[in-house]
Amino acid sequence: MARSVTPRRKLINTTIAWAIGLLIFFPILWTILTSFKTEAQAIAAPPIFLGFEWTLENYRVVLERSDYARFLWNSIIIAGLSTLIGVAIAVPAAWSMAFVPSKRTKDILLWMLSTKMLPAVGVLYPIYLIFIELGLLDSRAGLVVVLMLINLPIIVWMLYTYFKEIPGEILEAARMDGATLPQELLYVLTPMAIPGIASTMLLNFILAWNEAFWTLNLTAVNAAPLTAFIASYSSPEGLFFAKLSAASTMAIAPILILGWFSQKQLVRGLTFGAVK
Amino acid sequence: MSLKSTLRAATALTLITAGSAFADAHSATITIATVNNGDMIRMQGYTDTFTEQTGIAVEWVTLEENVLRQRVTTDITTNGGQFDIMTIGMYETPIWGANDWLVPLNDLSAEYDVDDILPAMRNGLSHDGTLYAAPFYGESSMVMYRTDLMEAAGLEMPTAPTWQFIREAAAAMDDPANEVNGICLRGKAGWGEGGAFITVTGNSFGARWFDEEWNAQFDQPEWADALNFYVNLMNDYGPEGYATNGFNENLSLFNQGKCGMWIDATVAASFVTGADSTVADSVGFALAPNAEGVEKRANWLWAWALAIPAGTQQEAEAKQFIEWATSKDYIELVAANEGWANVPPGARASLYETPEYLEVPFAQMTLDSINAADPTDPTVDPVPYVGIQFVAIPEFAGMATEVSQEFSAAYAGQQTVEEALAKAQAITNEVMEAAGYR
Repeated sequence: MARSVTPRRKLINTTIAWAIGLLIFFPILWTILTSFKTEAQAIAAPPIFLGFEWTLENYRVVLERSDYARFLWNSIIIAGLSTLIGVAIAVPAAWSMAFVPSKRTKDILLWMLSTKMLPAVGVLYPIYLIFIELGLLDSRAGLVVVLMLINLPIIVWMLYTYFKEIPGEILEAARMDGATLPQELLYVLTPMAIPGIASTMLLNFILAWNEAFWTLNLTAVNAAPLTAFIASYSSPEGLFFAKLSAASTMAIAPILILGWFSQKQLVRGLTFGAVK
Repeated sequence: MSLKSTLRAATALTLITAGSAFADAHSATITIATVNNGDMIRMQGYTDTFTEQTGIAVEWVTLEENVLRQRVTTDITTNGGQFDIMTIGMYETPIWGANDWLVPLNDLSAEYDVDDILPAMRNGLSHDGTLYAAPFYGESSMVMYRTDLMEAAGLEMPTAPTWQFIREAAAAMDDPANEVNGICLRGKAGWGEGGAFITVTGNSFGARWFDEEWNAQFDQPEWADALNFYVNLMNDYGPEGYATNGFNENLSLFNQGKCGMWIDATVAASFVTGADSTVADSVGFALAPNAEGVEKRANWLWAWALAIPAGTQQEAEAKQFIEWATSKDYIELVAANEGWANVPPGARASLYETPEYLEVPFAQMTLDSINAADPTDPTVDPVPYVGIQFVAIPEFAGMATEVSQEFSAAYAGQQTVEEALAKAQAITNEVMEAAGYR
């Protein structure tokens, strides 16, 4: 029996949810507000929340100094391709683990996750040397491969969780109807797991978009994405917080917009199982 | 589309691609890794002038200081060849030069006038007498103080104050009711942040990192004197939470009129007297202090310099750029467009012979502070190392970061000064032993 929620209780819950939401979002809101201040207003104490003269000067300076479009394009290509290739590899992997498990499936899953436990800096030199040998330094292709590989365990784990909820009988029925393995994956499994695959892709796109260790260390000019764009405005000697905030806002804006439009899909994929 | 026209289109495309590749091969492009600070950003704005003069295009990779250090270190140690010029400091230059990781700058043109580079800068950027990086700008540290508050307190700042006077002045200017702290100093962990400051403070109390046998010296009374003085001064007259304040935090406080004094990099002078400062008209300058009876002052020496990594394919073009960017002509170019207060300071002696530049309020004090710093003789007692706010050995950055974390914990009241010094002693000796120095 469903529990009834009183209007008072609902109001309290809603208020708490909004308060937590605002608290989490506040640093981003503050960054956005700071980007419209002058450098002097950005460091004012006590801080000025809204009562300042809004200016677009920081955006003008940032756009004049940096080739924003190039950084943005690199971010789109690197995050997009690494996600697509990762999902293409992870779907069959997760299928086999979910529907044809072996004695070692659990161990393999844990082993895959354990690769995320090694600090990235621990393998910086080997990866860097491999990139030099293969001529991949400062290339989008190199970063696509690296980001795909570092996010692959998460993709496989998420898809495995979704696939586990799909009854194996449905796939069996497809096989009895004469579906080949690729057809089974493409026409039966994938459509049923669309919410899960979509939310996995979105989450991994965000992870790849925000990745700042490899993208800073393996790029210089040609493949530098928006993380390098932000890093170029951080200064230990000089107060450039307003410009840094403008650069940060420009870097997160595309992903914020994407998240805003796809939030329904994301929440659905993260909270519901595949067949609910 | 017929096969014939497809072939034609493909041939045309190939020719166009090959043509542009050929064109690219004949117009050199150099890639420069640099930090984000006012002078470097200004230089990027004048890159077109260089390209017009030489036909050499320039690509910039601008990164935060610590990220840049890690990035260029990785590249140079693996011979990655990502950069043709690197912006590095006085700490890295002699170490990398000794490892043959940098191209020696011993064949700069006569017009460049390498002898015009300030001796302190040349020495700090050389190894065994060979220059490995050309200084773009140089800095020391000095006292910046509020002349109005000093006057109201009935005090007069000497040109060369002692720590005892600094404490007296801080007490007189401290005004919590009006949110004015007597003094603002770095306390933030990090070898280049609070670590640099406490090292020079130690020097000015007669302390040193090592004796001549590379034994750590944090158990000596000079260090206890220096650290206790600093902690007491800051607890009594410093801002709340000073243990996490670095250059930017103190600059922000000073610009808002919340510090009576600030001892930090000379490069800050142009910020505190600039448009974003609320106290620009009432700032005075003095040499960094020393403890009474100690000849060494608490001033450091640093330069951001341009160096060429060994193995670059564009050595000649890179040298051309370095000669241009660190030349007298570049200084004049900036002065003509943006005024003398905005030229890169602290690198060339001729700048300090220019009457227009000497009218800039902080010019002479910057030069005096630089001249008062000697990286080859940084401490009262002899030491086996070069460097004032650092020890020019590869192990220093990691070790000093750990030591400064212990000191910051003492500033924050999480441990006593004695505990912090004992830990610093243990950390340092352990590292030096492992590295085979002792």
